[in-house]
Amino acid sequence: MTTKLRGKSAIVGTGHAGFGEAHGLTAYDVMAQSALAALGDAGLKLSDVDGLFCTMMEDSMPALMAAEYLGIQPRFIDGTMTGGSSFVNYLTSATMALEGGLCDVALIVYGSNQRTASGRLVTASRPPAYEAPYNPRYPISAYAMAAARHMHEFGTTREQLADVAVAARAWAQHNPEAFERGPLSREDVLGARMVGDPLTVRDCCLVTDGGGAIVMVRADRARDFPKAPVYVLGSAAESSHRQISQMKDFTVTAARESGARAFAAAGVSPSDIQAVELYDAFTINTILFLEDLGFCAKGEGGAFVEGGRIAPGGVLPVNTNGGGLSCVHPGMYGIFTVIEAARQIRGDAPGIQLKDVDLALAHGNGGVLSSQVTAILGSQNTL
Amino acid sequence: MDHLRRMPVPDATGPDQIFQRALTNGEIVLPRCDDCGAYHFFPRVLCPHCHGTAISWHPASGKGRVHTTTVVRQKPERGGDYNVCVVELEEGVRMMSRVEGIAPGDIVIDMAVTAFVGEAEGQPAVLFKPVEV
Repeated sequence: MTTKLRGKSAIVGTGHAGFGEAHGLTAYDVMAQSALAALGDAGLKLSDVDGLFCTMMEDSMPALMAAEYLGIQPRFIDGTMTGGSSFVNYLTSATMALEGGLCDVALIVYGSNQRTASGRLVTASRPPAYEAPYNPRYPISAYAMAAARHMHEFGTTREQLADVAVAARAWAQHNPEAFERGPLSREDVLGARMVGDPLTVRDCCLVTDGGGAIVMVRADRARDFPKAPVYVLGSAAESSHRQISQMKDFTVTAARESGARAFAAAGVSPSDIQAVELYDAFTINTILFLEDLGFCAKGEGGAFVEGGRIAPGGVLPVNTNGGGLSCVHPGMYGIFTVIEAARQIRGDAPGIQLKDVDLALAHGNGGVLSSQVTAILGSQNTL
Repeated sequence: MDHLRRMPVPDATGPDQIFQRALTNGEIVLPRCDDCGAYHFFPRVLCPHCHGTAISWHPASGKGRVHTTTVVRQKPERGGDYNVCVVELEEGVRMMSRVEGIAPGDIVIDMAVTAFVGEAEGQPAVLFKPVEV
């Protein structure tokens, strides 16, 4: 997104459904409940939706299935699949479609029942042909190898990785919507079952059900809705690879480029951001993205997250809902980074509500550190 | 893509077929661009560096270093722990593989390794063993 699109669109509704376990519901049921929740939040009806932005893990034409299920006939549709970053990516395409007059009410929506349906992380595609014979356990093996390399190059420790999970849990403990709210110590993370060295099961995200939805309109209409509008000030994407063996530098993600362009489009810098919502599928993600997005220097992410510095009361609020590590992770987490960022700005975050948030960052990750999408959201005061 | 690498067809000229047929014959060959001289992996019809299309095939030196590594933890009754790693070859390309002949937890980043044609999932595959010192 360029500065031409700064503040042209706004989020006027957010909703979610099926957090944790949605027994007896299909992924599309959870998707539909999320859509209704978000439209209700915006004071709109399904019949108002004329732009649909959706992907699911279920089949090859999820956006078409979603439109059929919802009983709508959208005039603009986007089902671009960039993994868990897809929904942050749709902020850009929805803004373009709204600004171009291709639709008036954009619904971004997702649903999953992967916890009750299978009990494990489901990937939408098989490992690529030149990786599959070695049986990498995806996605864990890819992130484990990135973590191993980060530890090798920068001296990042397992204790520092653990502190990411501990911080996420500390936020989740205040969030009644979070799935895991029990106590979690650094020792608990380090002593948990090792699943892919150097990552234990507590370095890995939850496997839950859940869906989320976002309603967007053009900025000129945004003040006519029940909730305070949350403006998309800048958003940008960058894709670096598909297969982890093709990642050029295992310690640097394309978030460096997506972040720089999103900040440039919004006209703000990392030090202006009051709430940071990152795609923390694994503890190494948070460290990589804090570095690549400019919140600390490359290699210093481990020290940056140490000892509660990203936990409640720390120097930087990161993943204020508890993140994918403790709040919700139904396979693709990206939409929840946007929802939490928007709620922090609106002042109705379900857990710890930070004071006077005008600027928040939502960052999506897809594939195996492959697709990076950064969005900067702002209140009316930031226009 | 998967079915292509599984069934090398005699005389077929596609990049996957050339690579797989060589493996079946116990050889590791790598594609190199005649225009810019850089190797690449996985096999493809163009050079990802300069986008040239004149690709020739050369025997791999087999010399590599572990770029990064993990142990996939698995219960003994399901086959036990095993290694998955990414090796960088002397030619400058990287491939996923595993190192054999050493406990999975003893494989470390920067370890020197040598390629050989072994078997993975019942098919010929590039594997590595530690360089004897």
